[in-house]
Amino acid sequence: MELNSGSGNQEPLSILNKAAPGVITAKSEELIALARKNSLWPMTFGLACCAIEMISTYMAHHDLDRFGVVTFPSPRQSDVMIVAGTVVKKMAEPIKILYEQMPEPKWVIAMGSCATNGGPYYRSYSVVMGVDHIIPVDVYVPGCPPRPEALLDGILSLQKKIVQDAKERGRKG
Amino acid sequence: MAEKDKAEEAIESPNRLDAKSIALQTILPSTLSDFEVAIDTEFDLLVATVTPEDLKPMCLVLRDNNETTFDYLLLLCVVDYEDYLQVVYHLYSTTLKHTLVIKTNVSPEEPSLDSVTSVWKGADWYEREAHDLFGVLFSGHPSLSPLLLYEGFEGFPGRRSYEMPEYKEW
Amino acid sequence: MVDQDINKKLDTVQMMVNMGPQHPSTHGVFRMVLAVDGERIVDVEPHIGYLHRGSEKLCEGEIYVQIVTLFDRLDYLSNLNNEMVFCRAVEKLMDLEVPERAEYIRVILCELNRVASHLLFIGTFGLDVGAMTPSMYMFRDREKIQSLFEAVTGARMMHNYIRIGGIKNDVPEDFDQRMRSLIVELKKGLEEADKLLSFNEIFLARTKNIGTMSAKMAIEYGVSGPSLRASGVPIDIRKDHPYSIYDRFDFGIPIGEVGDCWDRYYVRLEEVRQSISIMEQALDQLPDGDTITPTRFLLRPPKGEVYVRGENPRGEIGVYMISDGTDKPYRVKVRPPSFCNLMTIKDLLIDTYIADAVVILGSLDIVLGEVDR
Repeated sequence: MELNSGSGNQEPLSILNKAAPGVITAKSEELIALARKNSLWPMTFGLACCAIEMISTYMAHHDLDRFGVVTFPSPRQSDVMIVAGTVVKKMAEPIKILYEQMPEPKWVIAMGSCATNGGPYYRSYSVVMGVDHIIPVDVYVPGCPPRPEALLDGILSLQKKIVQDAKERGRKG
Repeated sequence: MAEKDKAEEAIESPNRLDAKSIALQTILPSTLSDFEVAIDTEFDLLVATVTPEDLKPMCLVLRDNNETTFDYLLLLCVVDYEDYLQVVYHLYSTTLKHTLVIKTNVSPEEPSLDSVTSVWKGADWYEREAHDLFGVLFSGHPSLSPLLLYEGFEGFPGRRSYEMPEYKEW
Repeated sequence: MVDQDINKKLDTVQMMVNMGPQHPSTHGVFRMVLAVDGERIVDVEPHIGYLHRGSEKLCEGEIYVQIVTLFDRLDYLSNLNNEMVFCRAVEKLMDLEVPERAEYIRVILCELNRVASHLLFIGTFGLDVGAMTPSMYMFRDREKIQSLFEAVTGARMMHNYIRIGGIKNDVPEDFDQRMRSLIVELKKGLEEADKLLSFNEIFLARTKNIGTMSAKMAIEYGVSGPSLRASGVPIDIRKDHPYSIYDRFDFGIPIGEVGDCWDRYYVRLEEVRQSISIMEQALDQLPDGDTITPTRFLLRPPKGEVYVRGENPRGEIGVYMISDGTDKPYRVKVRPPSFCNLMTIKDLLIDTYIADAVVILGSLDIVLGEVDR
């Protein structure tokens, strides 16, 4: 059995690799984060105009399925809530109930300027100025409506955030 | 002399009514002879202003009469002029294809009217919205529960006196 | 009948099922509380208002040029048609003449918007019935239309292109060639939808004789657009009270016979064919010239009130505008087509199955943005 001793541009193998070749080791937090970020399942929650661009992102042209993102109608089995559209005061309570129905770990993406801070309806008597008054938000995607590529960028940023959070949790011990 | 005055009036406000509205203008006074009604023109539409008590019987006459047949309610809207609230009805006939506008005035402190849901079923949600946003009461409506605003909303946001809020956090 | 005998032996009780604001098939934030006896619906109570943004009140605080953006977001699937009806209202108040080239481009883009909206309807109606493939095909065609819109107006969805007095800027130089190749592809895509859905056995079984709306009921409730024409009433604003330059084109309006879900679906499919024919005729007749009549930025229309009607993909949209001579309107009221179409839901859903409720609601083709405004 020839053991690689560090010739050329390959690193010398560690003792664990020499003893048990073919075994990958990693921190469990990072492995679980890898699994979570590659199969985010959003809840179908389109409120207004941004929902149309969200549906366009799921369809064949800007495919989201290649990132593992598949919509799921029930909040009980989904990871992400993409709030796409204006949040109206009458709708604030159902949003809170839906957020509490989702199991941990869960994330929220605020899509569009209405969900970020009220958008073009910033002087209206019945609009909540941004969904972060009701639920905690992880990623904000600006635009009115944001292009499908912008939503893709938002989901990829969420994936980076999941990995970053896992590394920091591991570091704290 | 009378002809000269009429010619001057015609130059001041050009008549934009089309053929159907002109024909309607000739038969309306005889159809609505039982009611106190003032017929006007506003741009290219005929406007009939009437008292709130006469509104529902007049709508029934307009719907059932063979020469007018107004069977389609286009729009029911409330406009807030400071001293009074004006309720505007736009009517259309699917067979004869002419349009008529009816206006009534109610006071802002106690605005109440008869509901026309028994004349046109399509007035149902329009009246609920008018009650929600302006506070107009329609007697005879099946249920005037809030349509667009949440339960417990205070004030009537449609009225001019409800101030547009500045950018607030909540 | 089998189920009635079973009901006599068992103690059954009515159940209240909430098709809540978040639901994959309610096409937006619409809530229905159903009283169900087994699978049959006994009573319906619709609740709307979960998207009430106060657009009409906001219009009173903005100048006329800014209101075009608010109208864009009312019915977010037919933006250009909404903008057109608002601009026509202001132009009527001010007696403005729009140049010929602008009128032709307005009509071409509005009809293209109608095609895009109906294609989305066919796709989502297939999803409601249970077929997933047509939605993929229709969205592929919609992407082609949206990329053309982006080349002309600068945005995929909220265009803000039709302005008071004309249009914002001229079309690019390869517009004619791009449109004609797009029309060829749209015709092919429509044939695919026809073959996949229209006379499919399962589709026919799920939509024929379901949710029948008689002509009398449609007129009483104020229904308009393809839903009214599917019930046999031949009313189309573009033919009865022609506006803009629609009287120069030769097109037909499809009329249904019975008024069930299949009729409402097929009327829209045929309308796409008629819209494509209008676009071809307009492209042939497109003249040269200006694209906008210049106006002041702070428009002050004369005092007066006006009511303007237009034909949206969903029905008849109307704008009742009162101006008091200042640079902001006194009152703007929108007559939304989906508002009146949705009022019929209570009568249509009584004594049907829950699975049919989804199909009937989908066939009415509502957009909650304009129901709640």
